[in-house]
Amino acid sequence: MTLEYLQNYWWLLISVLGALLVFLLFVQGGQSMLLSAPTKERKELIVNSMGRKWELTFTTLVVFGGAFFASFPLFYSTSFGGAYWLWMLILFSFIVQAVSYEYRNKPGNVYKTKTYDTFLFINGCVGCILLGVAVSMFFFGAEFTVRRGNLLDTGAPVISQWAPTHGFEAIFNWKNLVLGVAVLFLARMQACLYMMNNIEDNEFFDRLRNKALINGGIFVVFFLLFLGLVLTADGYTVTMNPDYTVNVSETPFKYFHNYCQLWWAAVALLLGVVLVLYGLLRSVFSKTRWTKGIWFTGLGTVLAVLSLFWVAGYNDTAFYPSLLDPASSLSIRNASSSEFTLKCMSYVSIVVPFVLAYIWYVWYSMDRKKLTEKELQTTTHKY
Amino acid sequence: MTVVDWSRWQFALTAIYHWLFVPLTLGLSVIVAVMESLYLKTKSEKWLAATKFWMTLFGINFAIGVATGIILEFEFGTNWSNYSWFVGDIFGAPLAIEGLIAFFMEATFVAVMFFGWNKVSPRFHLVSTWLTAIGASISALWILVANAWMQYPVGMEFDPAQMRNVMDNFWDLFSGIAVNKFFHAVFSGWALAGVFVIGVSCWVLYKKRNEAFAIRSIKVGGWVGLIGLLLTMYTGDGSAVEVTKHQPMKLAAMEGLYKGSTGQSIVAMGIVNPDKRWDNDEDEYIFDIALPYGLSILAKHDPHAFVPGIADIVNGIDVNENGDTVNTVSYAERIALGKLSHEALRRYDTARATHDQAGMEAAEKDLRQYYPYFGYGYFDSVDEAIPPVGVTFYSFRVMVILGSYFLLFFIVALFAVYKKDWLSRHKWMQVVAIVSVPFMWICSEAGWMVAEVGRQPWTVQDLLPTKAAISEISSASVITTFWLFALIFTVLLVAEVSIMFRQISKKSQLNLETDNAH
Repeated sequence: MTLEYLQNYWWLLISVLGALLVFLLFVQGGQSMLLSAPTKERKELIVNSMGRKWELTFTTLVVFGGAFFASFPLFYSTSFGGAYWLWMLILFSFIVQAVSYEYRNKPGNVYKTKTYDTFLFINGCVGCILLGVAVSMFFFGAEFTVRRGNLLDTGAPVISQWAPTHGFEAIFNWKNLVLGVAVLFLARMQACLYMMNNIEDNEFFDRLRNKALINGGIFVVFFLLFLGLVLTADGYTVTMNPDYTVNVSETPFKYFHNYCQLWWAAVALLLGVVLVLYGLLRSVFSKTRWTKGIWFTGLGTVLAVLSLFWVAGYNDTAFYPSLLDPASSLSIRNASSSEFTLKCMSYVSIVVPFVLAYIWYVWYSMDRKKLTEKELQTTTHKY
Repeated sequence: MTVVDWSRWQFALTAIYHWLFVPLTLGLSVIVAVMESLYLKTKSEKWLAATKFWMTLFGINFAIGVATGIILEFEFGTNWSNYSWFVGDIFGAPLAIEGLIAFFMEATFVAVMFFGWNKVSPRFHLVSTWLTAIGASISALWILVANAWMQYPVGMEFDPAQMRNVMDNFWDLFSGIAVNKFFHAVFSGWALAGVFVIGVSCWVLYKKRNEAFAIRSIKVGGWVGLIGLLLTMYTGDGSAVEVTKHQPMKLAAMEGLYKGSTGQSIVAMGIVNPDKRWDNDEDEYIFDIALPYGLSILAKHDPHAFVPGIADIVNGIDVNENGDTVNTVSYAERIALGKLSHEALRRYDTARATHDQAGMEAAEKDLRQYYPYFGYGYFDSVDEAIPPVGVTFYSFRVMVILGSYFLLFFIVALFAVYKKDWLSRHKWMQVVAIVSVPFMWICSEAGWMVAEVGRQPWTVQDLLPTKAAISEISSASVITTFWLFALIFTVLLVAEVSIMFRQISKKSQLNLETDNAH
């Protein structure tokens, strides 16, 4: 296993985690609908349907961060320490989420159910939009520099520096927000489809069907806009010399070229889009109550996000372009861990199929019976 | 205060809050799993009721533990950016493995634990409960391996071309410090959960709610807690020996010891003199009660061994096993050597830029020679390299004194619970158990204060001082997030404690009025 091979492999794993995370954000999508639930019973159904999966999304986010740290530490140190406010706002929204499910209906919760539901709503909206903003920077760049020599400046030894706005500039960049909004409406659409699959309530099913169509429509508009921006965007081509210096050149339509050159990424994107549209449209327009849409849109989402990560990171592309100093841009070659570390972790990654297998088995066991209002009235543990 | 101070305060705040919940998760998950095992073995509904009661409390605590935990991982990047680069090649791996192996296990099976009673078989449910407990402990293993590595950085070498450390031996990460630290922390969680279960059960007894339930719970909590505490003490002893070997300055700070000796006594209780410095003649303590030979036994398992004090270490003085005084590298020399290592790295970088191969080789040779003192190059005076003595000294005593008290506590509680009706008749014992609960948390937090304050001024021992590990952000930003964290964690803690109290007081939770089995 060469270093290059390992870097490619770990970018693939990061892509898989990122893609699964975007799929699992349906939990956040469901939360963003909480405050507009028409009845208390409906709200309880939404909360308990989403609540049985929230930890999986949360854990995937944490593992995504941990895997990025371990495999591409220069990205971790540059992005997290630089876009401070972007990441802090994401983290705050996830802190309040973590307790809200467990505490919202418990006696003595001090702040009443409505407060916890508002926390869930905030996490639903802010979490999706800002994670979209964070990923969008992979294409549209960020305002940072990396100077390893700073390490020897005892007065100011930090090697990664960021614009003084520390992440706010990324949040208020409209291009980034396009992806943020797309992620939010994708998550809302997926939440509708998940609940159509998970909850047994015909009246609610029909309502969710309408909601899925509206949210799906908005998602498609924003996603196409984002895709258009990406395909017309310039990017950086980064090649690395053996002495760790890099050659960076600006390449017009870099991501379009990447899709042309990495045919498998283009296939994944097309297949992903087709599956999402098929899952959505059949769920909405089927004459019977078709509940399997979530699996098609879910797989489609995973494939489309994988393809976006691939064109962001492969083909000598800077996956974190620097807008202040192109030479500081991060690619999977100059931001990665050492060959030894990547190799060690690759051995550990053998457990991934086992982890996926037990998650699938538990998911299947727990969701075999649909959630009903009756179950919520009788169960000993509910949110 | 500088951005370094605020970043430290923010990390300390997050870690302290997180550690309020983690040990209870570690211990209570085991207690719940033991109870559910007993339920499956006996098929007694009484064990099922007990399992569900403690599982509910576990869930309330687990949620807030997760909330505070996510911040810790990401703060390595947000507030300690330079650290993340400088040692990310080594430190990142345990965090990723923790997530992949432990977090998914916990997150997946905790859902079965709470919602799976009627969805999966009883046996699968029990396995899920155990896997949740095991997942929590595996998670602790990796984060403690990472923490131990910061105290004793091994298994890596410095790569001057990249200006960072890279791993060269994965198994070295499981050093003696790591192994002791892992078992010490996990078993302390068992002890804490034991005290919690006994305290809550005694409250149930005090309120005359359900005696049989309380007695049953105390038996499980008492045994798990006692075993946990004994093992915590054993591994704590191992930790002291490891600290002596690898972080002698931390040990000296723990003892407030400036001038060491052979057959060194240990201060059981005392007040350190705040005016004492390594280079003045003030007394070390304002008041102290010392146990002869105590520190030599603790540190080196030899009553006649020499234990160096802060001034000895700073001046580079030690005594070997034969009793001969030997010179080590003084702190003034370390600072000079550290600056030479910086200079060598600078030369290497310049030579690399001009493709001067001979210059690079010469500079690298010097760098390798001086690199063990690299971190000292950031200091201008010896004082910067000495940890805060007062906090470390007092925290250590709080931990040890309370730990000893809880050993007695478990013995008495177990004695009382097996003596028919004794505990039910002696209200004072119930009150003592209830009042003792918060002290176990103080004991546990004090342990971390010793480990982390004693590590100062290092983020990575000898290689990267805290002040060079930070992110390039303003104090104002960190002050803002510090207070936001303080506010939000406090708000959530108030809710957690309030829900816990209500859950414990809820009569329907303890409605087994006819249950009188012992």
